Amino acid sequence: MTEIRQKMPAFTAEHLVKTFDVSAPWLSRVVERKPRQLLQAVNDISFTVPAGGCLSIVGESGCGKSTVARLVTGLHKPSGGELRFAPGRNGAPVSVQMIFQDPYASLNPRWRVKNIVAEPLRELKLLKTSAAITDRVEELLETVGLSASDGEKYPHEFSGGQRQRISIARALASEPEFLVCDEPTSALDVSVQAQVLNLMRRLQDELGLTYLFISHDMSVVRHMSDRIAVMYLGRIVEEGDTEELFADPRHPYTQLLLQTIPNVQKPNRDRVVGGGEVPSPLKPPSGCAFHPRCPVATARCSVEIPDVRTLTNGTRVACHLVDERAADVSV
Amino acid sequence: MGETTDQPILEVRNLTVEFPGRHGTVAALSDVSLNIRAGEILGVVGESGAGKSMTGLAIQGLLERPGHISGGEIWLKGRRIDTLDDYEMQKIRGREIGAIFQDPLTSLNPLFTVGAQLSETIRQHLNMNKTQARARAVELLGEVGIPSPDERVNHYPHQFSGGMRQRVVIALALAASPKLLIADEPTTALDVSIQAQIISLLRKLCKEKRTAVMLVTHDMGVIAEAADRVAVMYAGRLIELGSVNQVLHASTHPYTRGLMASIPALAARVERLNQIDGSMPRPGAIPNGCAFNPRCKSTGPRCIRERPELMPAGDGASACWLNAGGIQ
Repeated sequence: MTEIRQKMPAFTAEHLVKTFDVSAPWLSRVVERKPRQLLQAVNDISFTVPAGGCLSIVGESGCGKSTVARLVTGLHKPSGGELRFAPGRNGAPVSVQMIFQDPYASLNPRWRVKNIVAEPLRELKLLKTSAAITDRVEELLETVGLSASDGEKYPHEFSGGQRQRISIARALASEPEFLVCDEPTSALDVSVQAQVLNLMRRLQDELGLTYLFISHDMSVVRHMSDRIAVMYLGRIVEEGDTEELFADPRHPYTQLLLQTIPNVQKPNRDRVVGGGEVPSPLKPPSGCAFHPRCPVATARCSVEIPDVRTLTNGTRVACHLVDERAADVSV
Repeated sequence: MGETTDQPILEVRNLTVEFPGRHGTVAALSDVSLNIRAGEILGVVGESGAGKSMTGLAIQGLLERPGHISGGEIWLKGRRIDTLDDYEMQKIRGREIGAIFQDPLTSLNPLFTVGAQLSETIRQHLNMNKTQARARAVELLGEVGIPSPDERVNHYPHQFSGGMRQRVVIALALAASPKLLIADEPTTALDVSIQAQIISLLRKLCKEKRTAVMLVTHDMGVIAEAADRVAVMYAGRLIELGSVNQVLHASTHPYTRGLMASIPALAARVERLNQIDGSMPRPGAIPNGCAFNPRCKSTGPRCIRERPELMPAGDGASACWLNAGGIQ
């Protein structure tokens, strides 16, 4: 497994930018003499996903992690930067599919499950005969732990976890090599979440899938990923190996995130909670966006946006204070 | 919790809630008994559909028709409240029972300033004039940790962030100093760093004001950090009740143990998570005997034959034959 995971990147994003125009309608702007308003959802981020591995993007709501998922799958057009898909099977660029958060909203309630799963096969004309499609659908349903006869049912006859299995089967129909999963278990109960996470791990091993995993849940992320990128207000503030990041978080925001997760094993009932909230992405703070909440911020932090530095252990971090500990920095 | 007195604020005895439907009557809650003392936080956990929110709604008299309480009693500070009419209940809600719901945006009226909403609640329940109510509103906003409350009191809900809005909702729930607070998933819509702030605020207020809190959540982490005692629900029944330490770390029920084991650990990474196969039965399709028997790893003939009641186990109670004479 480790050999596979140290292979070439399956996907690279470089200086990715996405800006949304959230201005008021033209007439109101003219009447009220307001300028256009732009929202920097993703602001100059770069990352790579190793082939056969799993990179997770974590962050709080509004940090831009779902926008990244949509940029990678082409549901949004990037405003700048580059997306590079490495050659996969047959030399063609790796094929991408996506699993969505809400299994109640992402399946058409008026379609039978077999048609939902068969849609990519028909749409992309991957199989010619309907007999072949039926066989493939049955095989897919069994791969995700449902029975072939479930294909005749409608989505409402399934529980949340089973529906998420159906969306995984649909995503696998076109034999993708790269799966983008946007909060695939946030709508599920813990016991069902474990079933879905186990299924995803098994599929990764069996089919050699590469995952880009988007989540806000640190414990799920720790279970699933090889590398973790932490986002804050449209930027990646720290990216590193899962074990390193949990053992030695460098960025103050990562430290705050790890401190505030309720830990079932070792509950911290008398914690002193750092104040502050995520600022509006419409008016991000100057300099390092985290400085108003940062316990160790200096004057420099409110002026200058920190560069991303790579440390000797491969962790990339964007913080002035980590820069200043020059000893362990390799630029 | 040495400082808690023995007389519970809330006592629920054998509560049963039924929903008559086209295909016969469905029991959404069966035989739920629990109590909460002053200054105590009782965590109620379970998967979606287990009946945890339903319990909270039944206590507040907010069951949606045709659902109704078909058995059992609810006592608040020594007064029976499940037999009261709607008018009497309305006086109790807000005054004696405060409520916090999951989504802070929908529990506030977008057309009124938070000050107006707070003053309305205060004047409804307490004998105060406008000026006093407003001063109390500012004070409350300060208590829940909203910066510059005298200015924020004039703002509308949309001008607050999610975490700040939830603080306003907490202020609203505590406006008339109720003895019982029912918090239904108060942090589910919030980010973790904000969730931690809200949990510690709830704990602090509960201890200071000696309010009894029923904290309904699906998140074991929140329970571990906030609750004193825990009630675990499954398929409309209470299956385990005990101190937070016992339920989380030395549970006497296989379902709770399975649930705990299925949470990905933060400390170390495992190759495969422990999973409970299958899913919770829907109300109306609950198997005979123990409702958990089709998913349980240690099912015996007795579990299929006979339904276990809550029976003493450890320092709490558990509805499992393993603790009471075996599964044969």
